[in-house]
Amino acid sequence: MAVCIAVIAKENYPLYIRSVPTQNELKFHYTVHTSLDVVEEKISAVGKSIGDQRELYLGLLYPTEDYKVYGYVTNSKVKFVIVVDSSNTSLRDNEIRSMFRKLHNSFTDVMCNPFHNPGDQIQSRTFDGIVSGMMVQTA
Amino acid sequence: MESLTLSDVEQKYYSDLFVYCDTDNTKKVASNGRVLDLFRAAQLPSEVVLQITELCGATRLGHFGRSQFYIALKLIAIAQSGLPLRVESLNSVKDLPLPRFVVGKNEAEARHAALYQDSDNQGLYPASATSVIPRPPGRGLQNKKGPPTSTSLPVHEVIQPHGPPVDTQPEATSPVVSPHQSPPTSPLSWRKHKRQHSGGNVDRQQSVPAAGAVWTQFREPQSGPVPGEGMWSSHSPPLPSQESWVSFTADTPPSSTIPAIHPSSVQESTTIRTVASAAMTNEIQRQSSAYDDPWKITEEQRQYYINQFKSIQPDLTGFIPGSAAKEFFTKSKLPILELSHIWELSDFDKDGALTLDEFCAAFHLVVARKNGYDLPEKLPESLMPKLIDLDDSAEVPEPTAEVGYSASPVEVTPNKSPSMPSLNQAWPEMNQSNEDTAIVHPVPIRMTPSKIHMQEMELKRTGSDHNHPTSPLLAKPPELNEETKLTASMKFVAANAVGDGYSSSDSFTSDQEPITRQRSQSGTSPEALKVVAPPPPPPRPHASHSRSSSLDMNRTFAAASAPGQQQQNNAIAFPPAVPPRPLIHFNQFQAFAASEKPTSLPEAKGASGPFAPPPKPVRRRLKSEDELRPEDEQHGPQKSNIIAAVLATQPSIPRSIGKDKKAIQASIRRNKETNTVLARLNSELQQQLKDLLEERISLEVQLEQLRPFSHL
Repeated sequence: MAVCIAVIAKENYPLYIRSVPTQNELKFHYTVHTSLDVVEEKISAVGKSIGDQRELYLGLLYPTEDYKVYGYVTNSKVKFVIVVDSSNTSLRDNEIRSMFRKLHNSFTDVMCNPFHNPGDQIQSRTFDGIVSGMMVQTA
Repeated sequence: MESLTLSDVEQKYYSDLFVYCDTDNTKKVASNGRVLDLFRAAQLPSEVVLQITELCGATRLGHFGRSQFYIALKLIAIAQSGLPLRVESLNSVKDLPLPRFVVGKNEAEARHAALYQDSDNQGLYPASATSVIPRPPGRGLQNKKGPPTSTSLPVHEVIQPHGPPVDTQPEATSPVVSPHQSPPTSPLSWRKHKRQHSGGNVDRQQSVPAAGAVWTQFREPQSGPVPGEGMWSSHSPPLPSQESWVSFTADTPPSSTIPAIHPSSVQESTTIRTVASAAMTNEIQRQSSAYDDPWKITEEQRQYYINQFKSIQPDLTGFIPGSAAKEFFTKSKLPILELSHIWELSDFDKDGALTLDEFCAAFHLVVARKNGYDLPEKLPESLMPKLIDLDDSAEVPEPTAEVGYSASPVEVTPNKSPSMPSLNQAWPEMNQSNEDTAIVHPVPIRMTPSKIHMQEMELKRTGSDHNHPTSPLLAKPPELNEETKLTASMKFVAANAVGDGYSSSDSFTSDQEPITRQRSQSGTSPEALKVVAPPPPPPRPHASHSRSSSLDMNRTFAAASAPGQQQQNNAIAFPPAVPPRPLIHFNQFQAFAASEKPTSLPEAKGASGPFAPPPKPVRRRLKSEDELRPEDEQHGPQKSNIIAAVLATQPSIPRSIGKDKKAIQASIRRNKETNTVLARLNSELQQQLKDLLEERISLEVQLEQLRPFSHL
């Protein structure tokens, strides 16, 4: 269960960002923004190998005392960032991976929509639904 | 609020409207949803609506109570008749026509208004004329039944004008109608009108007789599905379970209202039709028949959609690519966000293209949205792509014919990429080009409920049978010696095993004959699905096969290496299978034979694996037939071992598909085909046996003749 999910475009501007509303959303925006640096670092590190081989799932980008940030980057340099609560220890790596996979799939569906221009904000209700399903349900 | 005096007619009308809007049954209607739609349908400028809202006190209260609602309605009527909005006018205006709510705006509306404003009785019709929303229940009652009920059944527009002449009929139908005392389902009537429009085809100024005819026509299909009230009651949320409308109208057509109404209703129906047509400028708008039930597509609508589809994509089994669909639907002038949502709903298989079914669903949703209906969150069942049965039966035979049973060497279609979008879009091309092309390797195809998709998958799957290991096996030459005979049969099995590896688990489905193939193709989609699903995706797994990563292959290799078949080790990626000889005789199995050839060729061309580009194997086959023939004997014993091993590994050909009947039938069919194949093989082998025996006898005779000499 994530507290914040963000989709960032190749040019590093957000396509979609959604947080659990109770918390300070600005804080999450900032967190996601700073995590982009880590993502870049990870991408470039594996850059030597063939793009194909590069793992899409980046894993834990960095932990803070409150939460952990996980990253995932697609082959088109679209980044998904999930912020989860640190107290939520039951979340295993597999689950995060599956969350990213779901995100990626629904993102692909959004992209397939001819009415969606790449680079636009994602306004698909289906995508929203999927993201809500992954967010912490308290809010 | 100021006291409001309403005439009886108005009272009934308003109360029906109120009930219609009062979905929560709380006796007060929030200023949203229905109310807004209603006001919007009143065709008044928004500031007037705002003013009305304010005047009636709803803004004060935050919601529409009954009195506020009534006041608002009356103010709407006032505004519609062009009078200034004043609170005083509420009570002072006499003979005010009922507020009119229309789906579409046009001059006919005014005509209707004029038509219906002469008398009190007809005052109710303006609303009806405008085809939409609530029909003055009282009116309807009067028309339909003698005793008006308080809750009024919505009177069908057509029926309304013919109060007097129709009185007898309403009586007749009243017993039927009476159970439906629920508030009028204006949307339903609205929809019906729309439907009519779709049937009537847009023609605004239709002649009266034509209108009548259309009207009748409209009614009939409507009455068809309607008889079941339950059906109506199962409306989706936007349409409250206001069966009264529906059932009422449903009842009326059969019960002779149509004939009675026909002459008199002609005029009204004309106006209704014209009025009701939404103010959409393009064809989409014209065909804005509301969806029945609530989302069901009528025949006329479907025909229209199909025609539209044809205008974009002449092949009804083909796809409309996303860009074309985008242009088309953008013409409807809906906001992009909504179009995007409609797309998400209707693109069922998420392939970025619309099949006919998906297109109809999308079109229908656009039409609905244009008429003010909110888009659902999920695709309604009646719009699900599987409903395209009508077209399927027509379309399927063509593809089957096209899919061809390529006797010629097949080439891997470039379309066979694992990517689904391209795959889907490649289907039409594949179907058409299948005659000589397309080795149809089983490709992972997203399973869609669409029958068309299923059919195509089936076609593709059966197309892949060309490549199927079993097909070449049938071509075993009669000259096989005993061993090779045996091995041939085993090879057949082994080939199947290989086939399993790379084509599908339904190894014996390869039909050499188009007929059998057609049978399987006309078979059920699950078969194709089943076939497609288990086998691994093409190129890469095939490659893995060649690297003998699969268990079968490993075993095969092990068996092969045991007899010391180094030569064949690589080649044995394919079950030792068919000696090229058979291939000579059975051209249609060239493809498979080609794949088989590498195995039989000790030259280990199998390095590239059975899945080397098919043309290569073919060439190899053709030229090495002769060389292979003598090799057969050597291969024979070796192959027999291998074959035995492979045979053991042969997964049950009819892989447990038994999910549903179709799958079972498909597997039955497959097995039958396999049986035929095996029978043929058997006969050939018998022939070979006979020849060999003859040969043996002649040799023995020769030997005998020679022996005496040797002794000499």
